[in-house]
Amino acid sequence: MLFLPEFTLLGAGLILFIFSLGKPASGVIKNVAIGFAALTLFATLLCLKSEGKLFYAAYQVDFFSQIFKFLIALATLIVLVFSDARGDVHEETRAEYYLFLFMSVLGLMMLVSSVELLSIFVSLELSSFAVYIMVPMRNNTTASGNQVEAGIKYLLFGVMATGLMLFGMSYMYGLTGSTQLPVVAERLSLIYSQPAAVIAIVLVLAGFFYKLALFPLHFWVPDIYEGASNETTAFIAAVPKLAAVALLLRLITMVSSEGEVIVNVLMVCALLSMFYGNLSALIQKDVKRLLGFSGISHAGFVLVGLLTFKLTGYATAMYYITGYVFMNLACFLVICTVAENGKNVVVEDFTGLHKRAPLLALTLTVGLFALAGIPPFVGFTGKFLLLLGALREGHLILVVLAAINTGIAIYYYLSIVRVSFCTDSENRGTVASSGINNALALLLIMTIIVMGVMPSQFIAMTTSAIQTLM
Amino acid sequence: MDQLLINSGFPILSVLIFLPLAGALLLLLVKSESLCRYLALATTSVVGLLSLRLITGFDRTTHKFQFVEHHPWIDTFNINYTIGVDGISILLILLTTIIMPFCVLASWSYIKTRIQAFMVCLLIMETAMIGVFVALDFVLFYVLWEAMLIPMYMLIGIWGGPRKIYASIKFFLYTLAGSILLLVGIIWLYTANHYSFFIPDMMWQDYPVNAQMYLFLAFFLAFAIKVPMFPFHTWLPAAHVEAPTAGSVILASILLKMGTYGFLRFALPITPEATIILMPYVLWLSIAGIIYGGFTALAQSDMKKLIAYSSVGHMGFVTLGIFVLNVDGLEGAILQMVNHGITTGALFLCVGMIYERTHSRELRSATGVGKYMPVYITFLAFFSLSSFGFPGTNSFVGEFMILAGAFKFGTANGGFPYLALAAIPGAVLAAAYMLRMLQKIIWGGTDNPDQSWLTDVNSREIVTLAPFLFFVFWIGLGPQPFLDLIHTSVAQLLQQFTAHQAQAVAVAGSVLH
Repeated sequence: MLFLPEFTLLGAGLILFIFSLGKPASGVIKNVAIGFAALTLFATLLCLKSEGKLFYAAYQVDFFSQIFKFLIALATLIVLVFSDARGDVHEETRAEYYLFLFMSVLGLMMLVSSVELLSIFVSLELSSFAVYIMVPMRNNTTASGNQVEAGIKYLLFGVMATGLMLFGMSYMYGLTGSTQLPVVAERLSLIYSQPAAVIAIVLVLAGFFYKLALFPLHFWVPDIYEGASNETTAFIAAVPKLAAVALLLRLITMVSSEGEVIVNVLMVCALLSMFYGNLSALIQKDVKRLLGFSGISHAGFVLVGLLTFKLTGYATAMYYITGYVFMNLACFLVICTVAENGKNVVVEDFTGLHKRAPLLALTLTVGLFALAGIPPFVGFTGKFLLLLGALREGHLILVVLAAINTGIAIYYYLSIVRVSFCTDSENRGTVASSGINNALALLLIMTIIVMGVMPSQFIAMTTSAIQTLM
Repeated sequence: MDQLLINSGFPILSVLIFLPLAGALLLLLVKSESLCRYLALATTSVVGLLSLRLITGFDRTTHKFQFVEHHPWIDTFNINYTIGVDGISILLILLTTIIMPFCVLASWSYIKTRIQAFMVCLLIMETAMIGVFVALDFVLFYVLWEAMLIPMYMLIGIWGGPRKIYASIKFFLYTLAGSILLLVGIIWLYTANHYSFFIPDMMWQDYPVNAQMYLFLAFFLAFAIKVPMFPFHTWLPAAHVEAPTAGSVILASILLKMGTYGFLRFALPITPEATIILMPYVLWLSIAGIIYGGFTALAQSDMKKLIAYSSVGHMGFVTLGIFVLNVDGLEGAILQMVNHGITTGALFLCVGMIYERTHSRELRSATGVGKYMPVYITFLAFFSLSSFGFPGTNSFVGEFMILAGAFKFGTANGGFPYLALAAIPGAVLAAAYMLRMLQKIIWGGTDNPDQSWLTDVNSREIVTLAPFLFFVFWIGLGPQPFLDLIHTSVAQLLQQFTAHQAQAVAVAGSVLH
């Protein structure tokens, strides 16, 4: 029972493997994948309240991990539903594509439950390697070869980040003589101010910064977002970030705020992420690239919550990343639907979208305004609560600079809204959007608004999730 | 909590806020275009009529907030849904609710595409605008203040003129950039105020002068852009010119008032010491705005631009009245906010009616219509007279009070009233540019284009304009009922201000000894 969602994913992987031996139609295989994703979501719901330890306490199942598993399953299901059945992936490798997708999700789910250095490493690699393979799985015609370059870059940078993390883990083990996170944290807290401990923590964090696309481990983002197919990018932009934040929370709740060095390091990373992400996004034409840079700045915002080292800060960070996933998915839903034959979308492709597909234009607008942090959407509430928590801890400069960043960011989000709402369609055809796609779009809009207007319930939930860690 | 008064069991303010929103949601389900129009008109009219209850139930003898409602919103951070009305906000709420039905009427045939979306935007605007004026929780205020940008951006960006994209983006970026530091200020106040966002609790506290200065600057940036004060006004002509008529009316009549309302509600009571220190600069910026707006308006050939620049001048009078910090100035300022809303709103409606016929905002193409549109010209003439403060019209009362306040301010310490004298040319300039416009539109010259095909205003347009004229004369001839509404709150504001000032001086004195 404790392992049910993971088992479901494993089973899904096996069956998809069997499918991959034959030559199934891509429509069928997509439906199978959606079915399994729904099944996984159901399994995570069933296990939401379960608690326990597995594998000699290397694997912890608690409310915190279960709620993240639920979110991961939900985000995966949403990505699968709106990804195009005709798709941008080779017809004959469709089944393999979904197989790797499910393996990656499995890795991420294991990651949020891991409380031991080696199991963290193993699950992180499982999730990463699957994605390394998914990135280049794109038709040559639409990507003009970029996908292979993206895949190689992702792999090389990823391996480097893993190397850094392993190096940090070795320090941790050397300093504390254990690989169990709770033991490591306890012993590390005694020697907190020592440079070796700081280096160990920073290096381990670096591994997750890579997944979260945080400065200075962000440089893979633009090329991979651009090179990978639209649905793969949607997946990368949403799901791994959830797991990365989960693990960061696990690590950081174990560390106390005594270490001023760590706070300063995190603060610098957060600010550089915001500035780098927002300033670079200003000049982007490719929408996925733009969202990639915006994702870097949002990762910086998540860090603002973490570096408060307070329960409310963690809870808001978790709330924020959840909201971010929904806003991001809303944007990617529109990108995937508008893209012709899975080509990359540039800002001009949204020209006159309000006439060609009113609902999609609305979804895009809500998603972008939410990302920009305009009330009453979840992006505003999240940012506001994060800044509030940070100012409570006295980080005034950080809050002012972060607020200025939201001002910078509005320009590029607004430029997309402008194109989709304030221009004529110039004889571009209407965008076909299936009924289920429209329903999903409405659902995402509702979620973004409800989470933004009535955050109490969600904050209470994330708070109780974090409390299981502390 | 002793500043609150619940004098009605019926949640009238919440109804005013949420009724337009409900109307907007209902509109989304409607397919027929004419039904959309009628539904929007019905919603705004009902809101307008319901808001009259505020007058009948309003207790004029207390400065406390009335019709208060209080519900927890985000418990974890002590954020509440607290709303209420006092003498400073009541007229602005009424202005909003009463003008909105006429905005719908003005868009009846003006807006030809996507009427449903247009009306939805209008109704959402109404919700946000009323909310801004009644919010007593700073987060609630900020949420609505920012949320308003989206429908307004859409109104300009979708239904605007040829340069709508430039105008809408400039409007959005300018206003948003201005209010970002306001957010930081709000959070700072929260931490300084025992983790509370309740606005009345934030007032009249002894914050360190240093912090007050930063807070005031954050307030000033947000509100001065919204007003807009010289030199932050550059977004206004662009937005006004490109916006559809209803958008221009909303901008001029209501949105601009939010800036001055912000000064009255937040800057004065929360940062009194900083206000006193920085007051001279704000006053001279107001003068600069009055003169600059006047001269620039004189040079315009585009009617909407002319009125937009005249707004810069008129709003300069309002900020002048606020920052001279005496009864005449403050009451005049609040009254002038309402006056400007009525007069400038009506002028934009008039320009919109010409534009609907000639499809040009150029003064040149609208010359000599007096002969063919006598009824229209009558309205336009009265509103123009009101705009430059002709005695007997509403603006005269407001500007007179503001100038009286400025004179008092100058002579209070036996000084010379430079400030008031500097503002006088603004009033003259206003007469110059308004009369110039009026002369051209009514008579023009020998080279008038052929206007004989023009039809005079129809009954819908008369219905749209007549109430404005009614208020022009009512406030102009009998302003007392309006002043009664605001008097107690203004007196209280000033009393607290002087008490605080005395206290600050006393503290400073005791430190010295």
